[in-house]
Amino acid sequence: MLFLIMTALLILPVLIILATLIYKGGPAISWEFLFDDPREGMTAGGIFPALVGTIWLVAVALLVSVPLGVAAALYLSEFAPDNWFTRFINLCIINLAGVPSIVHALFGVGAFVLFFGFGTSILAASLTLAIMTLPIVIVATRESLQAVPLAFREACWNMGATRWQTIHRVVLPNAVSGILTGVILEVSRTTGETAPIMFTGAAFFLPFLPTSVFDQTMAMSLHLFVISTQVPGVPDHLPYGVALVLIAMVLTMNAASIGLRMYLRGKKKW
Amino acid sequence: MADTTRTVAEPIPTAAPAAFDRRDADWYLDKAVQVLVFIGGISAIIFIIGIFVFVTREGFGFLLEGFSFGEFFGSPRWKPTSEYNTTYGILALVAGTASVTGLAMIVAIPFSLGAAIYIAEFATGKTREILKVLVELLAAIPSVVWGFIGLTIMNPLIIELFDVPVGLNVLNAGVILGLMAAPIMTSIAEDALKAVPDRYREAAEAMGATRWQVIYRVVLPAAKNGLLGAVLLGVGRGFGETMAVLMASGHAVNLPDSIFDSVRALTATIAAELGETAVGSEHYQALFTIGIFLFIITFLINLTADLIVRGIRKG
Repeated sequence: MLFLIMTALLILPVLIILATLIYKGGPAISWEFLFDDPREGMTAGGIFPALVGTIWLVAVALLVSVPLGVAAALYLSEFAPDNWFTRFINLCIINLAGVPSIVHALFGVGAFVLFFGFGTSILAASLTLAIMTLPIVIVATRESLQAVPLAFREACWNMGATRWQTIHRVVLPNAVSGILTGVILEVSRTTGETAPIMFTGAAFFLPFLPTSVFDQTMAMSLHLFVISTQVPGVPDHLPYGVALVLIAMVLTMNAASIGLRMYLRGKKKW
Repeated sequence: MADTTRTVAEPIPTAAPAAFDRRDADWYLDKAVQVLVFIGGISAIIFIIGIFVFVTREGFGFLLEGFSFGEFFGSPRWKPTSEYNTTYGILALVAGTASVTGLAMIVAIPFSLGAAIYIAEFATGKTREILKVLVELLAAIPSVVWGFIGLTIMNPLIIELFDVPVGLNVLNAGVILGLMAAPIMTSIAEDALKAVPDRYREAAEAMGATRWQVIYRVVLPAAKNGLLGAVLLGVGRGFGETMAVLMASGHAVNLPDSIFDSVRALTATIAAELGETAVGSEHYQALFTIGIFLFIITFLINLTADLIVRGIRKG
């Protein structure tokens, strides 16, 4: 009983918070809010450039991290011997997930903005985000690869298939939906991140839509930070509206990922 | 369901008889894939080294010239823009990070442990599934939204409840951070509890132990390493959290006397000041030096947590 109360106390505040966000941010949400530019020094208008910017950032980050993460997971699951080197790789993956987001931001500034000369751009910000969220893809992919029974691979090898043929024809098709759950989780995480993009590519205010990966852009998460702390005189409903849209995006994606995972677990034949 | 865990069987023998020696297109494709996948595999190592190298590279000038160990770690004066007497002392910032993280752990440890015990030992079927999903969704809320909650909901609440002038302080940031860290700690702690074999519980119950005695005397001691790992990961999370702490802690360089004092965290300092410094200036390099410090500390925390958690898996 005591433990049930503690569990409730853990979940209850968050439900109250969600309810407040919906109650205060709900009235702000409208078509104009979603599809209009911010106006009058961001004290009125909508969030369209930030919404589009977030989509850009996430899409470019995915282009980098998904192939890289799947390759890393394939190596760890299908090729890597069980030795100190593999353990070291695993340790690095854990640490990559544990490095503070602001340190990732410093890395992005030092490496992509300055050293590689991308400047503050979508490219630099997305690369920073991609490296930061790489562990999510690797871990989810590795788990779904390892869930494919060894017997499947052995049967394939016995037919004389090479390792790549086995992976390509047997292992990946059986693991692809599991990988997808990881990718959705990564999208969700990337959407909400603020610190890594602050100095690498996201702009406070930029009423134009980006046209290439070398442009700067607004982003939802940074926009929430800016209008709630940096801009005086913003009417209350605006930041609440932005927070509500942001949290709705993130929670929807997470729920989709969890739902997909449960569906797959139910469908599994072996 | 044979052995689906880590290992994959031996590779196809490479020293096959001559008749089977097929170095055709497929063979070369296979080799090419092995190389590509290996590059992916070592990318995590490259990035960790890259983070260290590039952050150090930017902060290096300060480490060579303006840096004094005693001032950096011993002085509570963080005055990078002062006209005559610029001092870079991070003691107050460390105190800020430590006080907020400490309070967060005081909030998060009992709740996440209680929730983990409930989910692992008491809840069954649907309830268990729903609770696990809820905890997972909690972990997904972005840190900037948490910061916003600290700013708009917690701030007036604290002012009203405790009758203090400012609601952005250690208490606010600590509670927010505790709520943020609790879901992750809950799921790791729950894993640790689930890893305790059922025969331990059965043996204890057979001797007439009550449910509470079973948990307190048998399950918790058996899972203690995993629980410790969960706490350490929570600490690491608190240490590295940026946006929520930046928005909820009040952002004043200060050695806190009480939980109602505003403080400033290491991470928040970087986030707030980096945009205003000139690339290559001493201030800029000092911020990167804080970054190196953060990197090393979180590396150590994660390493320890990993060793502890791996320890229980083997034993």
